[in-house]
Amino acid sequence: MEFQFQFDWQAAIDSIPFLLKGVPYTLLISFGGLAIGFVLGIFFGLLSINKHWFLRWPATAYIEIFRGTPILVQVLFIFYGLPDLIGGPIDPLTAGIAAIALNSGAYISEVVRGGVQSIDKGQTEAGLSLGLSRTQTFWSIVWPQAFRRMIPPLGNQAIVSIKDTSLFSVIGVGELVRQGQVYIANTFTAFEVYFVVAILYLMITLTLSLILRLVERRGLTSV
Amino acid sequence: MSQIVKIEDMNKYFGDLHVLKDINLTVDAGEVVVIIGASGSGKSTLIRCVNGLEEFESGHLEVDGHPLIPKGGNQKSLAEIRKQVGMVFQQFNLFPHLTVKKNIMLAPMKVKDESQVVANGTAERLLQRVGIADQANKYPSHLSGGQQQRVAIARALAMEPRLMLFDEPTSALDPEMIGEVLDVMRELAKEGMTMMVVTHEMGFAREVADRVFYIHEGQIVEEGKPEDVFDNPQNERTQSFLSRVLKH
Repeated sequence: MEFQFQFDWQAAIDSIPFLLKGVPYTLLISFGGLAIGFVLGIFFGLLSINKHWFLRWPATAYIEIFRGTPILVQVLFIFYGLPDLIGGPIDPLTAGIAAIALNSGAYISEVVRGGVQSIDKGQTEAGLSLGLSRTQTFWSIVWPQAFRRMIPPLGNQAIVSIKDTSLFSVIGVGELVRQGQVYIANTFTAFEVYFVVAILYLMITLTLSLILRLVERRGLTSV
Repeated sequence: MSQIVKIEDMNKYFGDLHVLKDINLTVDAGEVVVIIGASGSGKSTLIRCVNGLEEFESGHLEVDGHPLIPKGGNQKSLAEIRKQVGMVFQQFNLFPHLTVKKNIMLAPMKVKDESQVVANGTAERLLQRVGIADQANKYPSHLSGGQQQRVAIARALAMEPRLMLFDEPTSALDPEMIGEVLDVMRELAKEGMTMMVVTHEMGFAREVADRVFYIHEGQIVEEGKPEDVFDNPQNERTQSFLSRVLKH
């Protein structure tokens, strides 16, 4: 018997409404996690360039641990491991957001460190020589310039984190991939469904890329 | 006449390198002091000590009555000194993310809590004074080097400093732009601003300085009125330095 594969367009189209239910979860985990990750990244990124070693050290430890272990292991640890410690279950959505937050926070720390260190020392000296305090000099002179340089790598991290949420199907969050798996279990149309899943991810990431490009263009003209 | 800067037996090291050796120097109110010397002689380091951008290891330094103490101590007067001392850098160090006017308004608003209206008025007046009122709303990168350095001078003046430090203000400029910056400095000197200037512009030093200091390997080896230092240097190292720089 000759093997013939036909892409079943109807199956693909039929799966869309069910798959779309996963999109809000994907977005919530991604952007919820990234928002917290951004705060963590600023905090630990700035700690990591502090002149006191006892402040630098915890930041470095955090960054190395969460950059150096797979995010899949991190989310499994949070979802299955941590309940043993805290004596109660963690819901999968919270575990997913926490994993993205901690993981992206480590990478964003490095982005923050690199951005701040890329600003010429003369900028700080000019601020100090005008009588501004170190804190004022940092937040009104160094940070705005550093932040502009951080936009491209931050956008990159956002895209990575959005895709990372796909791994959280293993803890049963109803995000895009999980929805796909559930759908396929009933229809056995893996090719079509994963194709649609991939397209949906691409639509999210392309939209983000586009927004970032616009932001970047606006930001760069004024420097 | 009151002394704005008083430096006594100041020593500074970069690691093992002894970059400033027993520096003694005073600047009176209204005086223009020019410091000359070869690259790496320590002249920039010296004026950077005056507003605490560099720390020193031993000796005594006082700016308008406020003491700066050697490294490791608690610099209680540093904030006060920096409010009263303006600095102009070789590389301008304008803030690229702010317009020219905002560059000038930043410190008065942040440090002296001036209102936007007052700071804006000061900025416009100062831009007028340095001859670039029409560039107020541009970003620094759209200005020529000479214009940028004039903005940097205006920015420092906005804090109404008692003393202005100039760290090779024309060394990064194209030759045709040096004149416009020196003109502004000359004007400032004429109005009675107390100035410490590190420069390679010997013509400017001769014309504007009240006193000239020649630094060699971290040591002041010659000081005096410009006509004495330039026309009749006593130290042979000054003689050889001047013969090298004045030849062309």
